Amino acid sequence: MEWLGAITAGIMAALGVWMMLDRHLMRVVLGIAVLGNAINLGVLTAGRFSGTEAAFTFAGQTGLDAANPLPQALVLTAIVIGFALFVFALSVLKRTHELHGDKDTDRVSQVTEQPAPDDAEEPVQRPAGEGRA
Amino acid sequence: MNTLIVLPILVPLTTLLLALLVKRHHAWVTAISLVGAVLLLLTGLYLVMLAAQGTVLTAQMGGWAAPYGISLVIDRLSAVMVAITGIIGLATLVYCLRQPIPADFLRDTHLFVHGLLAGICGAFITADIFNLYVWFEVLLIGSFALIALGGGERRLSGAMTYLVLNMLATLLFLLAAGLVYGATGTLNMGELALLFRAEEASDGAWLGVILMLVSFSIKAALFPLFGWLPASYHVAWTPVSALFAGLLTKVGVYALIRLVTLLWPEPGVVHSVLLWVACATMIIGVLGAAAQTEVRRILSFHIVSQVGYMVLGLALATPLALAGAVFYLIHHIVVKANLFFVGGIAARLTGSERLAAMGGLYARAPLLAILFAIPALSLAGIPPLSGFWAKFVLVKASLDAGVWIAAFFILFTGVFTLLSMSKIWNESFLKAHPQPELLGVAGNGPRGAWISVSVLAVMTVAIGLGAGPVMEYAMAASEQLIEAPAYLQLLNGRSQ
Repeated sequence: MEWLGAITAGIMAALGVWMMLDRHLMRVVLGIAVLGNAINLGVLTAGRFSGTEAAFTFAGQTGLDAANPLPQALVLTAIVIGFALFVFALSVLKRTHELHGDKDTDRVSQVTEQPAPDDAEEPVQRPAGEGRA
Repeated sequence: MNTLIVLPILVPLTTLLLALLVKRHHAWVTAISLVGAVLLLLTGLYLVMLAAQGTVLTAQMGGWAAPYGISLVIDRLSAVMVAITGIIGLATLVYCLRQPIPADFLRDTHLFVHGLLAGICGAFITADIFNLYVWFEVLLIGSFALIALGGGERRLSGAMTYLVLNMLATLLFLLAAGLVYGATGTLNMGELALLFRAEEASDGAWLGVILMLVSFSIKAALFPLFGWLPASYHVAWTPVSALFAGLLTKVGVYALIRLVTLLWPEPGVVHSVLLWVACATMIIGVLGAAAQTEVRRILSFHIVSQVGYMVLGLALATPLALAGAVFYLIHHIVVKANLFFVGGIAARLTGSERLAAMGGLYARAPLLAILFAIPALSLAGIPPLSGFWAKFVLVKASLDAGVWIAAFFILFTGVFTLLSMSKIWNESFLKAHPQPELLGVAGNGPRGAWISVSVLAVMTVAIGLGAGPVMEYAMAASEQLIEAPAYLQLLNGRSQ
């Protein structure tokens, strides 16, 4: 079974990297999500698919053929964190899109490289009517 | 004992939660946040006091024995890192006081800073690889929010760059942790250290660990993986970028120091690779800075260059060099954050942070000139300030180790650092302001900012004048790093 997991993770990672190299910002963010899932699968596979029973025992019972619970716990944590970060990235992406009008990665670096505005000390005010962060 | 060891995480988290409860009342949030920052600083100082006496705090979370449970360890290096996190956290929050910006923006900054501090402190005290990953994520979420706060096209673009590359680094770390677990069956740093020190590690474990080093190198902004840092730090709000400049890359450096000293106490392949990477980082960073024309962008490139010095100390792998790296870490965090703060005040006074549009500060604000000169000269390594001793120790260590080329790079980079600092000095302090009517129209800014800057400058001088005790502490910390008694003892129950 491990070989299947490993190959799937490899293909997904390749897809994710390919998407991250795209010029379109949306695809970059989606690429991170794909790569993240590939890595989650990779971590799960690295922990080996041993055992056929759920990783759970009652008192007085011994889990003879139980799966290794640790990789599952690790991946569960990683999925939750990854999801939160993905949502945050999407919201930044949405706002960037509203401001730029387009989602070209070159445009993003270009804007970052612009000379500092002369009121750098003052952060930009939120436009009225926009929801609070 | 158990409560004390979790305090560095507990204090910022509790502060964050309490402040969230009263988030409608901005004055309350500020008060709670300041109290929280002071408590974190006191905790850090107390931990340093304990560590200086040789006490190493260890604990198993949830009572699960090592290596199954998560271990926390506070030794000398961890303790001093927690203390310095407290100092920079407090300085940042004091700098934020009464800044003329929207109140809810200020409130959010206070909240997220504590989230960030919790993540940073967690990363400094954990002895478990997966737990380190979790703390990295906690501090990343805090930093994402902070860098994007305030919005605007330029800032969000910088945030996007920062976000994508840091998420990539963290994902690599997760994969590395998974591979290490798959190859060794453990995530405990102490058990990994035993395995590597006994030279029983399999190729798979090596692969995982090397991947981990790569991911830490992205975090620490080492050559050639530093691109994200100068592309994003200058877009954030001044105190935020000062906090990042002081602490964030240093978490990566800390993780590198911890992992490399634990796994390879003797110099080896990894050290010789790190040596060249460190030299390249020093020189490329400082050359990059020479090409910049804005205060914070110059300083951002200097972060990269300075990280090279610390990694150089790690790569030389003698006790003296490691002590130099620890000393450099302490000195650098204070100085670098302070330079960003001074840059913020200077930008307010002159109305810009582009060197071309700055000037006349020496006549307008002589005090600020002194407050800039202290950290700037310290960064360049002029005696008797803290940076001189940090560089002196590293030069001595590299000559002792017979690595002449490293000593050459240290001195060469020092000259260029001085050059960059004098560029800022000439352009923003000595030169006449191109539009004199703009100079100082926004006032001197809140007193809190000046207090932060002054206290950090005094600390720089104090570290310079009191270099003896600090160096003694760093020396003891470096011996502790190599022997790693606490990390290895945690496993005594099992290895028998």
